[in-house]
Amino acid sequence: MAENKKKSSSEWPRHRFQILWAMLTNSYLAGFSKGQIYQGQLKKLCVPGLNCYSCPGALGSCPIGALQATLGSWDFKLAFYVGGFLMFVGGLIGRFVCGWLCPFGLIQDLLHKIPFPKKLRTFRGDKLLRKLKYVILLVFVILLPLFLVDILGQGAPWFCKLICPAGTLEGGVPLVLLNNTFHSAIGWLYAWKNVILVATILLSILIYRPFCKYVCPLGAVYALFNPISMFRYRVDEDKCIHCGKCAHVCKMNVDPVKNANSTECIRCGLCKKACPTDAISSGFGIKTGRKAEDEVLRQKS
Amino acid sequence: MRSISRWAGLSAAVVGICFMALGIYRGEMTVVFEKASRICLECIGIG
Repeated sequence: MAENKKKSSSEWPRHRFQILWAMLTNSYLAGFSKGQIYQGQLKKLCVPGLNCYSCPGALGSCPIGALQATLGSWDFKLAFYVGGFLMFVGGLIGRFVCGWLCPFGLIQDLLHKIPFPKKLRTFRGDKLLRKLKYVILLVFVILLPLFLVDILGQGAPWFCKLICPAGTLEGGVPLVLLNNTFHSAIGWLYAWKNVILVATILLSILIYRPFCKYVCPLGAVYALFNPISMFRYRVDEDKCIHCGKCAHVCKMNVDPVKNANSTECIRCGLCKKACPTDAISSGFGIKTGRKAEDEVLRQKS
Repeated sequence: MRSISRWAGLSAAVVGICFMALGIYRGEMTVVFEKASRICLECIGIG
């Protein structure tokens, strides 16, 4: 009876969760009315997703911005607090953050729903381009703030400054619109960042989550933890009939049967919904890998 | 090998908590707060 029950493939339950989380972590409404940002004690805490702390509504800190701020400060060159936060979240849930807790991921999800004649599922160079986010993490988030410093020894947040479209959308655009004092200050940098933002928006209609796939340094960090995170996916080989539906439905181009905890998986759960035999499960503390190999390990020990 | 990966996530999370505590002890939270409580001109494309 349970096997015959048709599973809904709708993503809206996940989107509702994403919207609620985004509203919760950006609920400083006074910021929107006054054109200011929240300055309370909650700003000491990082939120798990890419949420610019200069968003008028933001209650917490962006971990990537906070990481660059710490690495670039003259007092500290090692970022234990933010690094530890990333390890904690990554070790716990990996890229579940990307699929459920990132406001910029939500924006890309919704943009991709806009109809377009030819959506691009993949293209030549897609696999190589996926490595770019690791280069951006290393160069713009870590090395440049550490080594490209001013005469006081302070580094700048180079990823935020030159690339991050989330900062432009969540912080730059609202603050410039709400705050007359910024109108005379905008220049080429603001124009450049809006070019990146517009390109990201247009590409998101065409390609699923292009920023997450190719650019996001936070996604790069969590991706490293996906294969080992406590929350994980598992494919039951006894139930799997190798129909390929899970791979076909995956918008990140992951094949869960080959690698259920791929670095590219954002744990959206679409594959679980698509599986006709309920072979895919997820959770904390479930067995990793294939059942048969786990059995062999148990017998050896 | 697969049994090792089960504990790696837990270890990463525990080490992460220890690092966070160390960072708070060193005063890194103050740096984060000072940055986040002021409008980041670089982030919004002005500075």
